[in-house]
Amino acid sequence: MALDQSFVGRTYPPTPAYEVGREKIREFAEAVGDDNPAYVDPEAAKALGHPDVIAPPTFVFSITFRAAGQVIQDPQLGLDYSRVVHGDQKFAYVRPVRAGDRLTVTSTIEGIKTMAGNDIVDIRGEVHDESGEHVVTAWTKLVARAAEEA
Amino acid sequence: MTASIAYGAVEVGTELPARSFPVTRATLVQYAGASGDFNPIHWNEKFAREVGLPDVIAHGMFTMAEAIRVVTDWAGDPGAVVEYGVRFTKPVVVPNDGTGALIEVSGKVGAKLDDNLVRIDLTAMSEGKKVLGMSRAVVRLA
Repeated sequence: MALDQSFVGRTYPPTPAYEVGREKIREFAEAVGDDNPAYVDPEAAKALGHPDVIAPPTFVFSITFRAAGQVIQDPQLGLDYSRVVHGDQKFAYVRPVRAGDRLTVTSTIEGIKTMAGNDIVDIRGEVHDESGEHVVTAWTKLVARAAEEA
Repeated sequence: MTASIAYGAVEVGTELPARSFPVTRATLVQYAGASGDFNPIHWNEKFAREVGLPDVIAHGMFTMAEAIRVVTDWAGDPGAVVEYGVRFTKPVVVPNDGTGALIEVSGKVGAKLDDNLVRIDLTAMSEGKKVLGMSRAVVRLA
């Protein structure tokens, strides 16, 4: 069933702050096998001009995707999450995410399309720190595959 | 931000050192825990087959995380990445055979932009198939 176009442009309330911890960054870097010292060693990060260890570029997805859950699970929108796959992902960084950040995400539905029975939803997540500084924007394209004929 | 590569030292077509990243079922379990993405298609073979997949597949975001390492290792400072986007075109299928799969990533300078920025065009392959499309990063060089 086609999704309601009137949801385009809808913005959801900002999420509660997510506090980025050094050990969570380390855990993520280890999980992707990345031994870049800027992710684990505060001194190495400082030598590059960062105030504390920074997170790998895709780390912030865990936070923005959780925020996108507001959209995905919005019963009024009616997206069939059991059929959702990740289509595209993009990030634009003002600065890298770093340990100590307290980040909030504001999600907006940028687009809704139906192509060949697939529902396609574009969600933009704006990530801000505690001082209100813009840190990164994440764009996520989700595709709910057409239900098979019974 | 302190990239170790100078803008003046690269041209359109300059190749970045290619890398291969192995991925096994254990890798996927570890990534699920670290990222919080516990979708069973990434660890439960029976479930994956039931939803029409050939086998367990890697998280798309795992592949995205590996591909950018070609850029961050080259540039020196991961904080020099100002933009990064991909399209998930084909899944990375990870068999339960102890060997798993290999993600092969290469990259080259696709364009030189203003302000010491360059666009890197990445290619990520697994089992001879392109697993990422339109995979591009913009990075600020020294």
